[in-house]
Amino acid sequence: MPTYQAQIYVTLRPSVLDPAGTAVQSGLSHMGYDNVSQVRIGKYVEVTLAAAGDAQARQQLDQICDQLLANPVIENYRFDLQEQATSPAVAGAGLAG
Amino acid sequence: MNVGVIVFPGSNCDRDIAYVTRDLLQQPTRMIWHEDSDLGPVDLVVVPGGFSYGDYLRCGAIAQFSPALRATVEHANRGGLVLGVCNGFQILTEAGLLPGALVRNRNLHFICDRLPLRIERLDLPWTQVYSTPADGSHKVITLPIAHGEGCYYADDDTLKALEDHNQVVFRYSAPDGTLGDRYNPNGSAHSIAGICNRQGTVLGMMPHPERAADALLGSTDGLGLFQGVLTALARAA
Repeated sequence: MPTYQAQIYVTLRPSVLDPAGTAVQSGLSHMGYDNVSQVRIGKYVEVTLAAAGDAQARQQLDQICDQLLANPVIENYRFDLQEQATSPAVAGAGLAG
Repeated sequence: MNVGVIVFPGSNCDRDIAYVTRDLLQQPTRMIWHEDSDLGPVDLVVVPGGFSYGDYLRCGAIAQFSPALRATVEHANRGGLVLGVCNGFQILTEAGLLPGALVRNRNLHFICDRLPLRIERLDLPWTQVYSTPADGSHKVITLPIAHGEGCYYADDDTLKALEDHNQVVFRYSAPDGTLGDRYNPNGSAHSIAGICNRQGTVLGMMPHPERAADALLGSTDGLGLFQGVLTALARAA
């Protein structure tokens, strides 16, 4: 079964205040970055999983995000997905180095 | 009254709850490890405060999938009483037993304080021991709070449904019951400190009634909540 890697981005829904983001924006302002108008802080999660195909991987990731990684009451998510190359050349390159 | 207290790795108010129910109220009390799926004979399940599973990912997010919490959801669905305090409230919202979510305090501070709370309804098992003051004003009690993520959030439709069905049980207020932004410590929507489900059998609250139950600690304002449940169960038996 091929292995996939997903880069998952969990962000606060626009209607939810982000006081931490506001604090960071204030810090940037103190640094002189007066042109920064908004900072929103989210989470980044990498997941590696085996799946029969791209569609199955996406379906499972949707479930994983809906059930645990994001709380739909306050957060949105999106992810990028790649099939991982299972090439021994990667390990070989490491040894050679 | 048979009490079960769920214990997660990172719970730190579990023994305070047991001290109230077992020592002060003399009720049989079981500590239920998070991996137990059998709650045993239990009338009241308490999901205590603390930092379950280190609060990794989100407060209460991982705890919702523990066997003990799944059994708690079944207990609630059968009409059983469930109390979630602080982290327990966060867990009950994550598990879907109560609507909304608890997010970072508006001022980003972890707040440790004693605050007045207006009780919005006195007809629940949880609140029936408290009585309306003689002048007809709102009943106000003072309880400790200690949280960093206690800002209650829900979308407008959910807030309207909560108000329409009288599900707000506690609001942060002035000592005389006045509501206002200056009395709202964490930015909670509608000054919400605690809500119940529509049946009134599941209660979640950020303040800690168990920390205001022994006169030695300066206040017994929270004891009535446990006495109320005891009274309700005795009446039902």
